[in-house]
Amino acid sequence: MERLTYLGVLAFIFFGSAWLEIALRTRVFRRWKRLLLALSVPVVVFVIWDIWAIATGHWAIDPDRTLGVQLFGLLPIEELIFFLVVPLASILSLEAVRSVKGWPLGDEAPK
Amino acid sequence: MTYTQIGILFVVTVVVLDLFVLRTRLVTRKGFWVAYAIVLFFQFVTNGLLTSLHVFTYADTAIIGNQPADDGPPPFFGQGRIFFQPFEDVLMGFSLCLLAMALWVFWGRRGVQRTPMSGPPIWRRSGRVPTAPTGTDSASPGRTGDSESTT
Repeated sequence: MERLTYLGVLAFIFFGSAWLEIALRTRVFRRWKRLLLALSVPVVVFVIWDIWAIATGHWAIDPDRTLGVQLFGLLPIEELIFFLVVPLASILSLEAVRSVKGWPLGDEAPK
Repeated sequence: MTYTQIGILFVVTVVVLDLFVLRTRLVTRKGFWVAYAIVLFFQFVTNGLLTSLHVFTYADTAIIGNQPADDGPPPFFGQGRIFFQPFEDVLMGFSLCLLAMALWVFWGRRGVQRTPMSGPPIWRRSGRVPTAPTGTDSASPGRTGDSESTT
């Protein structure tokens, strides 16, 4: 069970934000092409930073609290999931605030 | 470079991207800051848990604070830590989320799935008017003929 610690937190972040799609009609998953375009750049940039930082020794991730699946021999798969789930949660939050408050974000259709 | 320096560099770079390259200017929008406040609260909770459990450990030379030598949790607050996590994690979180949100808005501005817009919450009855100025409900309940099919 201890090995599911990090994955469990990721699941909390995912399900803790995904319900907004239904309750607040964020329509983020429905606009999946736009979502994939938005997620693709951050995941690449931050995974590279992460791999470099682990290789350099800036930080380390406890192998006893992760699944043990490592990309490139050093990056726990949870880290890759993290850099997809967290930007997704932030976009859902942004659209959730717009859904409730109606404040413009600059991407509304031109009149 | 240390984690501290890279974190600051990332924040500055992403803010410049938002303001001058993508021209999304999210940092000037109230909606962005409210959404980021929600994200930051959950970062403190989730990342605080992971750092207090030593799932993440940091080199003393990389951060302002230092990693405790024993098995106990790092400082809850102080010595460069905020809710157990090094404050540098806040820099990384901010740049990660602002970059993703700015790209989301950028592609919307470019016309990639600009619609269907978000809202309204399910407890508001109808009338998809995303930027309705005031009032909790639209005056056109039961409007039909939208291109999307609601489920």
